[in-house]
Amino acid sequence: MRMICIYILDMDNGAYRKFWELENTVHHCRTAQPETLLNKSAFARTAILGLSLLGVSAWLIFGLMPVSVAADILVYSMTTKDGHFTPDTIEVPAGQKFKLVMKNDGASTEEFESSDLHREKVVMPGKSVEILLGPLKAGTYGFYGEFHPDTAKGKLVAK
Amino acid sequence: MLSTAIIVFREVLEAALIVGIVLAASEGLARRGWWIGSGIAAGLGGALVVALFAGAIAAAVSGMGQELFNASILIIAVIMLGWHNVWMGRHGRELAKEMNAVGRDVVAGNRPMYMLVAVVGLAVLREGSEVVLFLYGIAAAQQEQAGLMFTGGMLGLVLGAGMGLLLYLGMLRIPSKYLFSATSWLITLLAAGMASQAAGFLAQADMLPTLAPALWDTSALLPQKSLLGKLLQTLVGYTDRPMGIQVLFYVVTLGGIAVLMRAYGGVTASKPATAVAAEI
Repeated sequence: MRMICIYILDMDNGAYRKFWELENTVHHCRTAQPETLLNKSAFARTAILGLSLLGVSAWLIFGLMPVSVAADILVYSMTTKDGHFTPDTIEVPAGQKFKLVMKNDGASTEEFESSDLHREKVVMPGKSVEILLGPLKAGTYGFYGEFHPDTAKGKLVAK
Repeated sequence: MLSTAIIVFREVLEAALIVGIVLAASEGLARRGWWIGSGIAAGLGGALVVALFAGAIAAAVSGMGQELFNASILIIAVIMLGWHNVWMGRHGRELAKEMNAVGRDVVAGNRPMYMLVAVVGLAVLREGSEVVLFLYGIAAAQQEQAGLMFTGGMLGLVLGAGMGLLLYLGMLRIPSKYLFSATSWLITLLAAGMASQAAGFLAQADMLPTLAPALWDTSALLPQKSLLGKLLQTLVGYTDRPMGIQVLFYVVTLGGIAVLMRAYGGVTASKPATAVAAEI
């Protein structure tokens, strides 16, 4: 089977029309963008695209927010002070969501970081942050303080 | 001092690499030094403001403000990088035809530069605010050693910037006819990696499901925290234990930008003057 594509310049609007021919029957297949409108329409389309992407991310951020507000969730507390976590090991239940409240009693900033847990969060002096975790499989999950990597180490043991 | 240098180096590395890629992508454009310089300056100013309000940001959105803030910045940067690529794909060829220097400046310079400048600014803002918080913490905690620590911080900053410069100089060695597609690809990978990071932050805040806690584990082979791991994390979005949602965001962003570049990019390429028949 032979298919032939033909571009014809439409003088009315400056657009190229593309036809494809199939066994002597000419079908209209699509209209190409008029050359003159190219820049504006491209800009408009990208603008619309950008806005809709923004909309989608706004929806993701704000629309899904209520999901994160869980009513009764286990809470564990830990303090960090100038490069040390107290306690440095916490036992948590496996298979369950929980919250770790990290309070910084020291004078220096700390960043709670864990590749095992996929978390990174800055804790400023005198403040505390909440870290949502779980459900975890049973096992040991290490974490450390990015701003005191030599001394600030701790782990969660999920059982 | 050395540990301070290392910490600052790690924090600035990502921003420095992004500046390096943007420098390569804007090679040959008029006044790009000014543009990129103002992007960095705006980012630094923003970083100070963000550090100042860090407490308020962290407390916002029921304690998940930091995650949302990071995710939002990353998503905006992804959109801008994608936009830049599609725009350049569309106008790259027109640009080549346009020999007039002024016209070229207008066509090639302005619009994508705004995007890239914003991306540079956002990267500096995000990483810079953490450096500011870190250095501020040091200044508050150890007054007597603060001077030495700041020297370390500056050393880390210079080392990080050096890596960005190395990347830029390396990319300049790419023959100029391939440079455009090389930077397009790098920017696409960079954007996909950022989208995956953003998904990670949203999953941290429990606003997206993880889908799978870790699709694979290559932390023994190449830890993400190592220098090479960190480099690859920024450049191609490497994660040693990626959540399912991160891989999904990565693939969708990569595919999305590639499809958009195809759909919106190459239309002007080989249009016949009047009528051309092509056999398929």
